[in-house]
Amino acid sequence: MTATLTPLHSKILPAEARIIEQQPYYQPLGDEVALFEAACANQLPVLLKGPTGCGKTRFIEYMAWRLKRPLITVACHDDLTAADLVGRYLITNNETTWIDGPLTRAVRAGALCYLDEIVEARRDTTVVIHPLADDRRMLPVEKRGELLQAPPEFALVLSYNPGYQSVLKDLKPSTRQRFVAIEFRYPEAATEETIIRSESGCDAATASALVRLAQLTRNLKGNGLDEGASTRLLVHAAKLIMRGVSPSSSCHGAIAEALSDDPEMLRTLDEFAASVF
Amino acid sequence: MDVKALQQRLDYLLGPVLSARRGTEALAQAIAALEEQQQAFVLHWIEVIDRSNYELAYQFAAAAPAALQRLDETAARTWLLDALDRYDREGLHSGTRALQDHAAYTGIADHAQAASFEQHANVLRLFVCGLAGRPLQLESAAVTCTDTDTLYLPSRITVMPSAAENFNIYKVLATLLWAQNRFGSHRSDLAAACAAYPDPQYATALLMHLETLRLTPRIAAALPGIARQLVAWQNGATDARCAPLAQPEATVEHSLALLADLYGRYEPPPQPWRIMLHTEARSRRDARVQRERGELAALLAQLLEGQQQQGGGDDDAAGRFSIDSSTAADGSAEYTLKLDGRPLEAPRAVAERIESLLQDLGEIPDDYLLNEGEDADKTGDDESSLTVGEASAGNPPFHYDEWDCRRRHYRRHWCTLREVELKPGDSSFIDATLARYRPQVQQLKRSFEALRGEDRRLRRQHHGDDIDFDAVIDARIGLRNGVEMPERLFTRRHKAERDLAALFMVDMSGSTKGWINEAEREALVMLCEALEVLGDRYAIYGFSGVTRQRCEIYPVKRFDQPYDAAVRGRIAGITPRDYTRMGAAIRHLSTVLSAVEARTRLLVTLSDGKPDDYSDHYRGEYGIEDTRQALLEAHHAGVRPFCITIDHQARDYLPHLYGPARWTLVDQVEKLPLKVAEIYLALSS
Ligand SMILES: Nc1ncnc2c1ncn2[C@@H]1O[C@H](COP(=O)(O)OP(=O)(O)OP(=O)(O)O)[C@@H](O)[C@H]1O
Ligand SMILES: [Mg+2]
Repeated sequence: MTATLTPLHSKILPAEARIIEQQPYYQPLGDEVALFEAACANQLPVLLKGPTGCGKTRFIEYMAWRLKRPLITVACHDDLTAADLVGRYLITNNETTWIDGPLTRAVRAGALCYLDEIVEARRDTTVVIHPLADDRRMLPVEKRGELLQAPPEFALVLSYNPGYQSVLKDLKPSTRQRFVAIEFRYPEAATEETIIRSESGCDAATASALVRLAQLTRNLKGNGLDEGASTRLLVHAAKLIMRGVSPSSSCHGAIAEALSDDPEMLRTLDEFAASVF
Repeated sequence: MDVKALQQRLDYLLGPVLSARRGTEALAQAIAALEEQQQAFVLHWIEVIDRSNYELAYQFAAAAPAALQRLDETAARTWLLDALDRYDREGLHSGTRALQDHAAYTGIADHAQAASFEQHANVLRLFVCGLAGRPLQLESAAVTCTDTDTLYLPSRITVMPSAAENFNIYKVLATLLWAQNRFGSHRSDLAAACAAYPDPQYATALLMHLETLRLTPRIAAALPGIARQLVAWQNGATDARCAPLAQPEATVEHSLALLADLYGRYEPPPQPWRIMLHTEARSRRDARVQRERGELAALLAQLLEGQQQQGGGDDDAAGRFSIDSSTAADGSAEYTLKLDGRPLEAPRAVAERIESLLQDLGEIPDDYLLNEGEDADKTGDDESSLTVGEASAGNPPFHYDEWDCRRRHYRRHWCTLREVELKPGDSSFIDATLARYRPQVQQLKRSFEALRGEDRRLRRQHHGDDIDFDAVIDARIGLRNGVEMPERLFTRRHKAERDLAALFMVDMSGSTKGWINEAEREALVMLCEALEVLGDRYAIYGFSGVTRQRCEIYPVKRFDQPYDAAVRGRIAGITPRDYTRMGAAIRHLSTVLSAVEARTRLLVTLSDGKPDDYSDHYRGEYGIEDTRQALLEAHHAGVRPFCITIDHQARDYLPHLYGPARWTLVDQVEKLPLKVAEIYLALSS
């Protein structure tokens, strides 16, 4: 007799607040940990900038663990509206019930709220982000006529990849200037090798070959590739190698095919892989 | 064909370069001795080459019979195309020499296991770009060497039994030549050094062996796989006397010293492929360093001025640039530009010069960064101030290939294209246009508004961000009456997003003078007014030029520029210029358009006729085919071309260029202003 609500639930409750109990492995790249802590202590929102797969998500998990706060992550997509963030009414058994969206839950719980790839979301999301991100720290829940004041523990974190979005998809200055920005780049060679080794358990020689391969692909950015191989892809390749797959097949599957579909580019990447080991 | 018929044909084809002493009889006899297919090949290519140069065609006819005796068709084609390339680049003398040098191509009889430059050029270019961090020029040539601007590789390699191994040789050669440039081999004039020995050939072979020994450990740091092959090539020939070359601080001077030491006492192992020396390597490198140093100085001076203006009155800052550079283990260079000790983001033009100099020098000497200020002006070296002036104009040239339908081959880097600023015109033109067409503009805006990707509320949805109360009431009524409750009780906002970017390229050739030019400008004004309502991303560029060396693009409105007074000024400033070399313009603008992120990318050409250019055969089939090829390339790059023309002859050639449906003829010029916006609307809805 009731409306089937399953698809709806799964849509608006994607990210449960997570308490991270085990220390996630995170290799600091600079002073980002101190910067983040200082920003949170001053109740300033944070913007993480950087290319894909360079450790932004891992960093935020680590910080949630370190600060002992629950983490709510929302992966933004081009259909994500303000209502998806704030919440909406549902109908059950002849009744309307209000369900908080992830942002509202984060405010109520004093959690870290991580909006991943914010530029993908609809423009109207800025309406709720702006008052939360300046010194008012308020979340208007319009449909219920509520105005939530965020507790000091609440922290808003956005991520944003300035690399391959066109100028047209840029973050507006009025949004940008509300945030303390932390820039992530690909780690230095030695750091990146450490990360690959700890994540995959591979040996030093493999890790260093993979980092050199990454360097070659990063040199092709703008000359046939949109983006070079990220740390993530190197970790993937290392894991395949650790399972006994040959280095060339591992790099082909985990790196080359992830970067391009162009046959000549794929051949070039394979040649790189053949040359770095 | 018999000798007589052949001779007649040759007389006709080569007439302009024949004389009393230079006849065609011997030529005709030699050609007549060839097989019929070969004869056809020769005559066809004489016709083709005629269009470039009669003398070259004659030289080809003279060389062809002997060449075709020993070369199969693939090899002959390679020989011929190489020679034409040489002619394009270096002139008749070089072209002729290359034609006579067909013996060099005998090794390349059709060979299933061969690797050819043509086949692998793109992969090799990408490979070297990955090593160098910037694109380098690669070309095929008879001698494998580098002049530090270009890496010259063999046109074919067949020395190994398998295609993969032959390709590997290419890879190793390209890496070695790159490493010579990267690690300073041509800081010295090696060709001159070798020429000073009694046996220069032996000296070259020995020196290249020593340099390879020096470069191998450097290559090993980034590419151990390649270094292993190099070690294998040396075939265990390690002499204790060469050991110091493997030290990281070894330079080309050490190799030269060892050359003197070992000359006559040491036989380098034979290599699968020999690397030679280019006599101009050192001078080109020096010239480039000099030029870039001058450009860098000018750019830094500009940068400093900009910074000081921004900083406002902070005059007592020293204005001293410095660069922290370090070389990572893999040979890649990293650097930070600093001004008075503070890190500074280097603008692209500056970064390009710095990176290029780093490649040549390994580090940037401090005096390259000195702000020479007035001193430099006083010394006033004319030539360098000329290059500086060009650099500060800030519009670097772009080079584009051009399709030669007769050769069925691209002419590499054939066109030089620049973006040129348009001087703003009289803005009263805009007001007059808007006044004249006021009702039509209103009308256009309304139809464009209807298309705008606006939020709509969808009712009775399975899920959504709000409750559809009408649906709920209906449901309650139904429920009371014992009907099952429907599921669609929500409303959802839906944005019909137009994910479209359009680039308009406007013909500014001389033939648009008068009416047509005015109609084009009016059309652009109306178009912009309408597009502003729609909110689509759009850009406008004019194009014209004279000859392949001066193709010009005039930015009117770039994608990231708003439609403002400056843009309106430039629209008013669109004036008829020269010719229409369409291919280069399309290649440039489709590159611009591909960089925009959009689901649909539309390249709309406003044109008044066929592609055409001053005196160099672009008119006619050649221009049409190059344009068609450029459009095909655009298509592959995800760009949808469309053409709006006022040429009544368009039916004869536009379908061949754009396909049957991707063009429109506006048959009266005076309709153009209204039509362009309408056509766009139809195209994009
Ligand atoms: N500093 C780091 N410490 C530990 N692991 C790292 C670090 N940087 C990258 N990694 C590894 O790379 C993987 C990808 O990182 P992560 O998912 O955090 O990337 P991201 O920046 O969030 O990328 P995206 O923008 O695509 O979401 C991680 O799973 C981890 O294995
Ligand atoms: Mg992430």
